[in-house]
Amino acid sequence: MSSFWSIVVDIVILANMVGGYFLIRWVAKPVKGETKEGEPTGHVWDGDLTELNNPMPRWWLFMFYITIMFALSYVALYPALNNYSGLLGWTSAKEYQQEVDNANEKYGPIFSQFSKTPLEELSKDEHAQKVGQRLFVTYCAQCHASDAGGSRGFPNLTDNDWLWGGKASDIKQTIMHGRNATMPAWGSVLKPLQIGYVADYILSLSGREHKATDATRGKAIFANYCAACHTADATGNQAMGAPNLADRVWLYGASRNKIIESITHGRSGKMPPHKTFLGEDKVHVLAAYVYGLSKK
Amino acid sequence: MSHEKVETNIGLMIALIILVISVGGLIEIVPLFFLKQTTEPVAGLTPYNSLQLAGRSVYIKEGCYGCHSQMIRPFRAETERYGHYSLAGEFVYDRPFQWGSKRTGPDLHRVGGRYSDNWHKLHLTNPRLVVPESNMPGYPWLKDNLLDSSVAAKRMRVLRKLNTPYTDEDIAGAAAAIEGKTELDALVAYLQVLGTHVSTRR
Repeated sequence: MSSFWSIVVDIVILANMVGGYFLIRWVAKPVKGETKEGEPTGHVWDGDLTELNNPMPRWWLFMFYITIMFALSYVALYPALNNYSGLLGWTSAKEYQQEVDNANEKYGPIFSQFSKTPLEELSKDEHAQKVGQRLFVTYCAQCHASDAGGSRGFPNLTDNDWLWGGKASDIKQTIMHGRNATMPAWGSVLKPLQIGYVADYILSLSGREHKATDATRGKAIFANYCAACHTADATGNQAMGAPNLADRVWLYGASRNKIIESITHGRSGKMPPHKTFLGEDKVHVLAAYVYGLSKK
Repeated sequence: MSHEKVETNIGLMIALIILVISVGGLIEIVPLFFLKQTTEPVAGLTPYNSLQLAGRSVYIKEGCYGCHSQMIRPFRAETERYGHYSLAGEFVYDRPFQWGSKRTGPDLHRVGGRYSDNWHKLHLTNPRLVVPESNMPGYPWLKDNLLDSSVAAKRMRVLRKLNTPYTDEDIAGAAAAIEGKTELDALVAYLQVLGTHVSTRR
């Protein structure tokens, strides 16, 4: 703040307290010409209501003086005036930092112990799993659901079916750096009829109801357009997050219509990176928790 | 002047009350206009672009502030969940700021980058699609309502009068930037930029 305004404000703050003191003195003082203590003041309302001239009780008066004393000591101890940081040197940022430091002192050793433990081992540690669950509910449940069961478009983490790899180190990599999955839209390349054939072929892979002749036609199209990512036998490629289409786990819906929608319009899945966001120690515990879930 | 004069003269009393309140108000409010912490943007803060600005209007129109705050207080319990506590300098381009005072839902000040655009679109349409336990209402009409691009430039011009540093190009391109976009697109764009100018760790 400019020095002009700091001075104005400081003067007003101090003048207020001094003014308050004199105001109390002034109203507590007997006024010339007023009636004696305990006598009626001469004010009459409603014809017969009068008031007595009683002084303010002493304890009441003292409370005003005490508040002024309180204000003065507050101004001296805390940064109430501009450009003066107070005898205690208090700031809200410092108080916050103190709270964080205390917490780090308490929880830091626990997390550093966890981070030295290999993920596979940590996933069997009951304490770490409990901590991991709390973290999961706070940071992950919004997309993956509080039971880690996921929802449409957001993978189930409990079924041991993995888009980007299910090794503990893969899971940690996913949480740390995020993932971007892109299924291109084929609606402008393939005709709706062709997309229907591919859908039938895909349904046939997991042994579900389909038209056999269409599936045969779809197989050829699949080999041309889809196998590059989903591999020739449609079991997917975890290096690029291309899902296995031959199993019965469906991220965007299992029905023929939903499969056609996925092919026509494409899909994009995004897992945000959490490295700077949570820090490696927390991610380590989370990865162990998620890994542990899939092993239950 | 005796008390009696003030007590029995309502006109004089009104004048004195106004004097006391306005002096008190001026002393509390005016210095804030000159306080660097509240008037200068934090390093790296950029004004909202046209789409984000339109999204902010949707945020206000739908009353999001009724259930969501945008003010992370400096307590560890808050920063662990929401990220770095809010700084006054982050709100200098917010007119008015959306601090809110009630959290039926979580604080949103640092929701930017937290979830994918797709998540937001599903969640705003029907929160139960992604969070079964959610008690937030759905806003399914947002995806059908097209933005009114005719007010985009005006919105920026008004803010420029209030010292938001928009360039002439920003204003010239404001309408085109939101042409054909829905309220849902705008709201998601706004949410995705919230609080991202301060690097943050939970």
